[in-house]
Amino acid sequence: MDTYYQPQDLARFAEVGEDAPALWQAFMGWYGPVFAEGALTEREKALIALAVAHAVQCPYCIDAYTTTCLEKGADLEQMTEAIHVAAAIRGGATLVHGVQMRNTAQQISM
Amino acid sequence: MSAINFHPSLQHRSHPLASPVAQRHLLAELPLARSFEDAVASTGHAPLRSQTPTVLQMNVGKRCNQVCRHCHVDAGPDRREVMTPEVIAACLRLLATGAIGVVDITGGAPELHPQFREIVREARALGCHVIDRCNLTITQLPDYQDLPEFLAEHEVEVVASLPAYSLKQTEAQRGNGVFDASITALRQLNALGYGQPESGLVLNLVTNPVGAFLPPNQRSLEATWKREMMRRHGIVFNHLYTITNMPISRFLEFLLESGNLEAYMEKLVNAFNPAAIAGLMCRYTLSVGWDGRLYDCDFNQMLEMALPQTIFEVTLADLGDRPIQVAAHCFGCTAGAGSSCGGATAA
Repeated sequence: MDTYYQPQDLARFAEVGEDAPALWQAFMGWYGPVFAEGALTEREKALIALAVAHAVQCPYCIDAYTTTCLEKGADLEQMTEAIHVAAAIRGGATLVHGVQMRNTAQQISM
Repeated sequence: MSAINFHPSLQHRSHPLASPVAQRHLLAELPLARSFEDAVASTGHAPLRSQTPTVLQMNVGKRCNQVCRHCHVDAGPDRREVMTPEVIAACLRLLATGAIGVVDITGGAPELHPQFREIVREARALGCHVIDRCNLTITQLPDYQDLPEFLAEHEVEVVASLPAYSLKQTEAQRGNGVFDASITALRQLNALGYGQPESGLVLNLVTNPVGAFLPPNQRSLEATWKREMMRRHGIVFNHLYTITNMPISRFLEFLLESGNLEAYMEKLVNAFNPAAIAGLMCRYTLSVGWDGRLYDCDFNQMLEMALPQTIFEVTLADLGDRPIQVAAHCFGCTAGAGSSCGGATAA
């Protein structure tokens, strides 16, 4: 079955740098330190990444950061809570735009 | 508690993977990017050779009151192999030479062996440091409730296995009822002084990943575990060891049946860490099986990759600088931060 998403493509990620190696190296040189232990632990950063992966709905990122979270010592309880955070922000973002809807409605209503 | 859970051992089910030969064959047939020998050679350590052993790991048998899904021994209540008195006597004779200072007793559940306490007493009398690899739930069985006091009396280091500080993950790997019994046992050990500052009674915990992935950073996870074990259960302990699941026996069965075998092996190979070579436990451990055969480690023991000598004829001169037998499963000890019976081996 044809699909836009192929799980095996995750391992081919580096191919997107083939025609722009300087940009790819710049990206990777930044990406690694982003996830290194700092003010946040690697585990906390992996949980944030998992939540964001769901918010941006990237199946590759969901695969990768589910594994990473487990390998960093997170459990399903923490991972599920992280996803609820993403869902709450997405839901809240939708709802807060309701003020715009209300403003517009008020402007054109009698 | 009665903690017979999941299905019986591979051997009891007459599963093909009950055969060490079948396991070795399956692993050897996998299309890996490189062999373990080649990986070691790339670091300049080939062929891998041992030092004179400082640890005698006695696997006193395959009997266990649990049937954990990841068990590399295929241990369980239906296993009957137990170390013979003759082998125990030969081990004690080797220890009496004074050259090996640490006795690491494992199984199965080592405490089920009828001579377990005799081994502990004799080894302590010889001045050895004794480690008991305890599954914790054994202390809740009717005939073993005085075990914690015995271990404390003889200052035995307890290395206790617990996959997670939460019930769900622990019981996914070890079976129903295991978590509460383990927490009860840990509280009893704490009450005796185990894991408490200045007591001298060492309580270390061991965690294996609950699935086909690598263990977390040991130092980081230890801090989290210490906080959570105290917060959730009021338990203290000395150190947390993270151990990689080895692709043999019942974990191999899980990998095969879940479709994770090739990806897991690829992960281990890709995560090969040259810095883990120096701390490989096979380099300083002598593993002795229930029947007196000798091995470089407990994993080689389960794959029946034996040394030429047995405990009855071996001398320390035979053991130093000996070639270590390796195969694809050895990638489990060199992946990421490395893995040994004492946890991670590389920073």
